[in-house]
Amino acid sequence: MSVILSIKDLRKSYAGGFEALKGVSLDIEEGEILALLGPNGAGKTTLISTVCGITTPTSGSVTVGGHDILTDFRAARSLIGLVPQDIFLEPFEKVWNTVRFSRGLFGKPRDDSKLEEILKKLSLWEKRLSPTKELSGGMKRRVLIAKALAHDPRVLFLDEPTAGVDVELRKDMWDIVAELKASGVTIILTTHYIEEAEAIADRVGVIRGGELLLVEEKDQLMQRMGRKQLEVQLTDPITEVPASLAHLNLELGQGGGSLIYTYDTRAERTGITALLNEVAQAGLVLADVQTRQSSLEDIFVGLVSEDVV
Amino acid sequence: MNWTGILSIYRYEMTRFFRTLLQSFVSPVLSTSLYFVVFGAAIGSRIEEVDGVDYGAFIVPGLIMLSVMTQSTTNASFGIYFPKFIGTIYELLSAPINFLEIVIGYVGAAATKALFIGLVILGTSSLFVDLHIAHPLAMILFLVLTCLSFALMGFIIGIWAGNFEQLQLVPLLIVTPLVFLGGSFYSISMLPPIWQKITLFNPVVYLISGFRWSFFGQSDVPVAISLAAIFGFTLLCLGVIWWIFRTGWRIRS
Repeated sequence: MSVILSIKDLRKSYAGGFEALKGVSLDIEEGEILALLGPNGAGKTTLISTVCGITTPTSGSVTVGGHDILTDFRAARSLIGLVPQDIFLEPFEKVWNTVRFSRGLFGKPRDDSKLEEILKKLSLWEKRLSPTKELSGGMKRRVLIAKALAHDPRVLFLDEPTAGVDVELRKDMWDIVAELKASGVTIILTTHYIEEAEAIADRVGVIRGGELLLVEEKDQLMQRMGRKQLEVQLTDPITEVPASLAHLNLELGQGGGSLIYTYDTRAERTGITALLNEVAQAGLVLADVQTRQSSLEDIFVGLVSEDVV
Repeated sequence: MNWTGILSIYRYEMTRFFRTLLQSFVSPVLSTSLYFVVFGAAIGSRIEEVDGVDYGAFIVPGLIMLSVMTQSTTNASFGIYFPKFIGTIYELLSAPINFLEIVIGYVGAAATKALFIGLVILGTSSLFVDLHIAHPLAMILFLVLTCLSFALMGFIIGIWAGNFEQLQLVPLLIVTPLVFLGGSFYSISMLPPIWQKITLFNPVVYLISGFRWSFFGQSDVPVAISLAAIFGFTLLCLGVIWWIFRTGWRIRS
């Protein structure tokens, strides 16, 4: 796969001196979905705005499809579609007109069948003659996606696509993103929701304080950073961890009915065999055993609180 | 040049105008008729002629200028301020279109609307008074240049304005008084000598005078100066817009 978007040492300082991006470097492969995770004010939106041309970088360079975003902005921007975080739509404009406007603005000739295809894909065709103010929140967001797709972009930025959206609509959005990926569009999305990144991303980038802490394949990240927990269910509940097991750092499960052992999947020896032996030696009877992988959320919390990195 | 992009902006802006066509058409017709009733009938009965021109006909160029200047200013300022206000400007900034092309789209549409209204007023006026246009080509040239230059100024105001009050400020506090005091409804020669001098500092005097010359062949100031003034004003607005373009002032952080 080839690199479609290349960001090199990108910095952005605002007039007041606030440094929103502190030298971000990132390569994005064609056809992948990259999720940028980060708390509020981490620089996610500034990064997207700078790549898309809404803010000007202080230093560094960005190329899209090999075109520099400053010196060759027309070619670079033609390849990009942007779905902003907030719903920015002219309330009285009809869906069809606003989507047609977006295509024209990007210099593409009128193509009604293309727009029809996009609107149908996003279940907006029936609403094409409605003013945007009459649409529901979820539909408005889809209109923004339709506008961003109107000029056939190869890279699509989705800034917090499911912020403030209910669970069902969020799932719909994930389906849309999966379909877009299937059609060959590269997607970069920012999100607060870890499960979103976990559900749809190929790679995950974690950004905090204007710095990209890491970018990794989602599966690898979970494997590398992931800790597993082994829960040993006991036939008879206990009130405290026996002294002979103290060195294993066990936690007592709910109601004293289980012992929880946390281990590192990367470690050469997980210590499970020894644990089970020692539990038996302590006179406890095992009823059941189960393991649990820590979620991306645990990894994320660990990263942004600087415990892990 | 992204001509498709320019045309898209132009068409989008004109759609808004056509959506409210009745309002766009009826309001200038009504206000022109009112001006004729008040100025033409009430004042005109006391002033029969100004420099040999029937008073009713004499005020027509001023009336057209009054509407055209305020309309092109407010149309263009609102046209660019509205996307800023509701946030849709993100699309203009992220599109493969440069600032000059954005200006052509918005200013072109605002100037077209004002020109349309100017012609409607001219048509309405001809129902009330007997009009002969001495220099039709010059009349069109003055009208088009006025529409364009004031739309450029309106665009600058729209970029500058941080709220709706500021958006109204310049048209209301500067343009309208300058037009009223610029000889829309009187000839400068009717003023006391000292005011004849002071009024020459009002740039609108030159525009109205030149425009009136294209109708009646006579003017308060030489036509060449009027033409120079309107070109100068257009160049000044273009210069400010070029500066905004260079610095991204109030648009791109």
